[in-house]
Amino acid sequence: MEIVAVICHTMLALSALLYVARVAFGPSLADRVIALDCLLITGVVAIGVEATRTRSGTYLDVLLVVALVAFIGTTAVARFIERQSQP
Amino acid sequence: MSIGEAATSLALLTGCVFVLLAALGLWRFDDLYSRIHAATKAITLGVLLVIVAAALRMTHLDDTLKLILAAIFQLLTAPVSGHMLGRAAYWVGTPLSPHTVVDQLGPGADDGEM
Repeated sequence: MEIVAVICHTMLALSALLYVARVAFGPSLADRVIALDCLLITGVVAIGVEATRTRSGTYLDVLLVVALVAFIGTTAVARFIERQSQP
Repeated sequence: MSIGEAATSLALLTGCVFVLLAALGLWRFDDLYSRIHAATKAITLGVLLVIVAAALRMTHLDDTLKLILAAIFQLLTAPVSGHMLGRAAYWVGTPLSPHTVVDQLGPGADDGEM
C-alpha cells in the first residue's frame, strides 16, 4: 500500500505540474479558471489517497470543503466572464 | 496482500492515471472547448475511483458516508461548472480550433442542415 501511495502521489504531482503550466500559459481567462478548478480537484484526489493510505477519516471534511470551494469559484468566475460580454 | 487491499490499490492507480490523462488533455488540446471536455470528464472519473477506493478502506461508517456524499457532489457539480464556463467563453468570443467542422451557434450555420 505504501508503494501504491507513492506511485499515485507521483502521478498527481506530474498532473499538478501540467495544470500549473496551463495556468501560466493559458491564452484566455477561462483556460486558467478550468486549470485552477482541476488543480483543486487534484488536491481532493491527493487527500483521498492519503485517507486510503492511513485508513483514517481525519481529513475528509477538508476534502468536502475543497470540492465545494472549487465548484463555487468556477461558477462565480463563469458568471463574471458572462457578465463582461453584455454591458 | 488481501483481496480488498488489491482492489483498493487497483482503484487508486486507475483513478490517478485518469487524473494524469486529464492533465495531459488540458495541456495538449488546442482549443478551450476540447480542453474543458477533456478536463471535466476524465477528472470526474478519477475522483470517483479514488473515492471508491477510500470508501472501501475506511473503518467507520460515517467516514464512508462522507465519501459517498463527496462522490454525489462531484457528479452533480462537475458538468454544471464545465457547461457554465463553456457558455460564458463562447459568448465572450473565445476562438474555436481551426479544425472545427461545424459551429451550430455561428453566423453561417443553417438550422439542422449539415
